[in-house]
Amino acid sequence: MLAGIVTAVAILAAGFPALAQQDETEKEIERYRAMISDPFSNPGFLFVDRGEALWKEARGEKKVSLETCDLGEGAGKLEGAFAKLPRYFADADKVMDLEQRLLWCMEKIQALDTKDIVKRKFGRPGVTSDMQDLVAFIANKSIGMKITPEVSHPKEQEMVVLGEALFFRRGGQWDFSCATCHEATGQRIRLQALPVLSKPGPAAQATMATWPTYRVSQSQVRTMQHRLWDCYWQMRWPDAQYGADAITALTAYLVKNAAGGEIQVPSIKR
Amino acid sequence: MRHMIKAVGSLALGGLLLGQPALAQSPKVDPATVEAAVKGVFGHAPAEWQQRIVQDETQKACSLYRNQPPADVATAITERETKNVVLPADGKLLGDWKSGEKIAQSGYGGRHTDDPKLPLGGNCYACHQLSKSELSFGTMGPSLLEYGKIRKYGADDAKAAYIKIYNAQAVFPCSNMPRLGHNKHLNEQQIKDLVALLFDQESPVNK
Repeated sequence: MLAGIVTAVAILAAGFPALAQQDETEKEIERYRAMISDPFSNPGFLFVDRGEALWKEARGEKKVSLETCDLGEGAGKLEGAFAKLPRYFADADKVMDLEQRLLWCMEKIQALDTKDIVKRKFGRPGVTSDMQDLVAFIANKSIGMKITPEVSHPKEQEMVVLGEALFFRRGGQWDFSCATCHEATGQRIRLQALPVLSKPGPAAQATMATWPTYRVSQSQVRTMQHRLWDCYWQMRWPDAQYGADAITALTAYLVKNAAGGEIQVPSIKR
Repeated sequence: MRHMIKAVGSLALGGLLLGQPALAQSPKVDPATVEAAVKGVFGHAPAEWQQRIVQDETQKACSLYRNQPPADVATAITERETKNVVLPADGKLLGDWKSGEKIAQSGYGGRHTDDPKLPLGGNCYACHQLSKSELSFGTMGPSLLEYGKIRKYGADDAKAAYIKIYNAQAVFPCSNMPRLGHNKHLNEQQIKDLVALLFDQESPVNK
């Protein structure tokens, strides 16, 4: 059966050199993906390891680890927690993404001064980011699981609606909104393909299920907070504040459109 | 072309659904909530930077209707933005295409880490194909290959191109294209250079 299909495809492809070429390219990309998703080849896993150590390290005035931090699935439970974030936390009475929640746990559980942590929010040569490391470690604990947005609480629903409004809000020197680049299918900036993020489907799933990611061009694992900060930078908007609710709202909206996507993180990207 | 299709499409829809709200209108959310969130994420930025994201009437309308405004709103946008266009006082529209090509290639400027003293680019290739030799071009806007040649280098067409670059929304309501002149991203000379890139017979666009 499979051999028959392969033969049929081969015959079809032989008649269409462009198709055959495309097929070869796809296969090559698939081989590349398989190669880099290997934990031993993706430098993102170094961040995962550092994140695990940070999670277990006693720090702050209280000299305790983060191991009792509740990321939504219960104190210290990491498996599957990332797949349901952002979500509502009763103790903080707000919807939080992973990064906001980690800062909250550092302050409440460890009594850790987060000024330095926030200062190092985005790693660069010679400066590691605790947030990038922790996010890589925690998100990786949801690998293979499906994105399952939490939208049962009214505040979660409000965040999704707010995120959607922000997604379409045009402004700045170039009149851009997120939708300018991520509403239509099959478009690209220069040679960079642009995923459609304004509707549920495979593009939103593939995007949201592969962040955090190791960005080869930056030699860093980047988180969704960084991705959206970077988008606003490109949009010619002001410097977006790390951990702001607007970023969480946008993430909640994007995650809603990515429901069902299978999480593969840290991935590796350009 | 996409802008045109969109604009025509929304006009047709407006006619069909007379008196009804546009299909693509945003879900109910208090604008004050949205603006509070914007303040929360950008409120620490310098005042001049915050000013950049205060919406004008056109941005508000395009956000509300998700770039598909009903007919009356679309007309109001083009009328308002047409009034905002400032044509060159010397009446000359064509500058230097070589400078235009550099402006079209460069995406520099306007980001909060960019040096405001350095020349700003138009970033045209990000969205448009312009010359056969540049293969790294985007597809968000239509291809502009042979733009002037196709139009027989007509003076009225060059003026229309100047207006489009200066203020895209004077031509297509809620166009995705930035209002490069109106928003003071590009100056008059830079826009003239871009018009020359499109309309000079020696420009790679027309080769």
